[in-house]
Amino acid sequence: MKILVCISNVPDTTTKIRFTDNNTAFDSTGVQWIINPWDELALTRALELKESPGGKIEKITVINVGPQGSEPTIRKALAIGADDAVRIDATPEDAYAVASNLAAYLKDNPYDIILCGIDSSDYNGSLVGGMLAEFLQLPSVSSVSKLDIEGETIKMNREIDGGTEVITTPVPFVAIVQKGIAFEPRIPSMRGIMMARQKSLNVVPAAGEEALTGFVSFELPPAKAACKMVDAENISELVDLLHNEAKVI
Amino acid sequence: MDFNFTEEQQMIRQAARDYAERELIKDVLERDEKAEMPLHHVKNLVELGFFGMMVDPQWGGGGMDTLSYVLAMEELSKADAATSVILSVHNSLVCYGIEKYGDDFQKEKYLRPLARGEKIGAFLLSEPEAGSDATSQKTTGEDKGDHYLVNGTKNWISSARLGSVYLLIVQTHPEKKHHGINVLIVDKDTPGITLAPHENKMGMRSSDTHSVMFSDVKVPKENRIGEDGFGFRFAMKALEGGRIGIAAQATGIAAGAMERAIQYSKERKAFGKLISEHQAIAFKLADMAVKVEAAKNFVYKAAWLKDNNLPYGLASAMAKQYAADIAMEVTTEAVQVLGGYGYVKEYHVERLMREAKLTQIYEGTSEIQKIVISRAILKD
Repeated sequence: MKILVCISNVPDTTTKIRFTDNNTAFDSTGVQWIINPWDELALTRALELKESPGGKIEKITVINVGPQGSEPTIRKALAIGADDAVRIDATPEDAYAVASNLAAYLKDNPYDIILCGIDSSDYNGSLVGGMLAEFLQLPSVSSVSKLDIEGETIKMNREIDGGTEVITTPVPFVAIVQKGIAFEPRIPSMRGIMMARQKSLNVVPAAGEEALTGFVSFELPPAKAACKMVDAENISELVDLLHNEAKVI
Repeated sequence: MDFNFTEEQQMIRQAARDYAERELIKDVLERDEKAEMPLHHVKNLVELGFFGMMVDPQWGGGGMDTLSYVLAMEELSKADAATSVILSVHNSLVCYGIEKYGDDFQKEKYLRPLARGEKIGAFLLSEPEAGSDATSQKTTGEDKGDHYLVNGTKNWISSARLGSVYLLIVQTHPEKKHHGINVLIVDKDTPGITLAPHENKMGMRSSDTHSVMFSDVKVPKENRIGEDGFGFRFAMKALEGGRIGIAAQATGIAAGAMERAIQYSKERKAFGKLISEHQAIAFKLADMAVKVEAAKNFVYKAAWLKDNNLPYGLASAMAKQYAADIAMEVTTEAVQVLGGYGYVKEYHVERLMREAKLTQIYEGTSEIQKIVISRAILKD
């Protein structure tokens, strides 16, 4: 079996977010880019499956829709242990364009298990995995917190309100994974880092559809206001503040 | 001039940073308190390939450059210099020494397992009465034809217990003074070697330091590195490179303390505002940043010279002296910024201050570096 892990190139989660061009574009100055954390955990689980005794996984490929600037992040995935990589040469404008580009590639290059993180830590769209499955007419399972291969059967846990569903599906399928899928991402070894250079990173032209949506502008959340302390005895002051200043009562 | 790091160098730095922040920091206080060896960390760092990272892949190493190595040393040392010193001795003294000056037999037998981290190396130069004055070696190796018979005591030996391949400096021809010194590769389990109890140190407590006693220890002649009498030059050459590793370690200790001081200054309020908004603290932080940045540049330059096969002895001595001295200054100021919290163990900066002190002492004291530097600049 072959696993494809879809990865996004996102700003490090501790990045201070700023915008440029009248708040219409993200300011990427000085930003450190990383593999989207959920995607990195998906890759970790893929590696665990490949390494498990009697494992049936022959190959793990990572795929990214992005410009050349995404390549350091893709090579990090190779250093961590993916066997090869594909970059679809397009700017990821929206989830629809990303999913359709992935689908266009997958039509000619099928995989048995396709893993997507539940959302990307930059735009939190949570759309690509589901759309990709639709484009390909494949089963998809969302919110997967555990994925095992038992003999020929794939078993997945899916978190639902107040409990867990156990789901099985024939391959090929798309699993949209979340917390629990793997314990923590791996640190690449020196050997892995050196070998990443020799692994194939295949750049293919975009063959998907155009974006359906576009950004108009971005806004930062308002800065947190200072906390006002009111004496426990002074109920009237509290009511007054809530009514006249906070305007919530 | 190109000040950019390659993609691999950045990835190595990040890997070391991730390991330090995720793993080393978790039990560093406990290990420091109990003077407990970081055995599981050594195992993990071996698996990640940090031990032997600069050795040629031909001998099973990682084939990385010195710049990658110093970036790794710096990041690991921000969290735990007691663990990084094991790496420094192993890589820049033992692996480097055997790879550069050993013969193929020695490389096959000793370098290969060292390069894979299957064995850990230790460097035995200091003696009870020969620290900075490395020419006055009292440990003797009597020439017995096919072997040397070694007797004597070595002091302050890092990784003496953890390590199993010793690079031992001995006097084989006392009448020739330092031209009679040799370096021998010694298996620790050779009969006649005894370890004194672990030294109860001020800092770097999790790294094991012992005196090692040699009593009629037979070392085959084939384990001598280089020509007869090469030992003193060997030790000086190995230390030239070793200083780059210790300079990187000192820089990391300073940077680690600075990062903690900056973070604290942006959280703690006094007199109605954050302490970072008080000039007294802000200027301290500025001074720290300048020193750390200068130390980094010294260290990277020395590493770059070594990677480009240019003479690096002067640069490594300058880097080591400067980085060790500013590590002491920066960590002391970091404790001051944190005030009472800084003096308490759980905030890490007092430990970094104790660790910094050793970087001014081992692998050539700051004063010895000044001898090296002054001789170089006064030559001709």
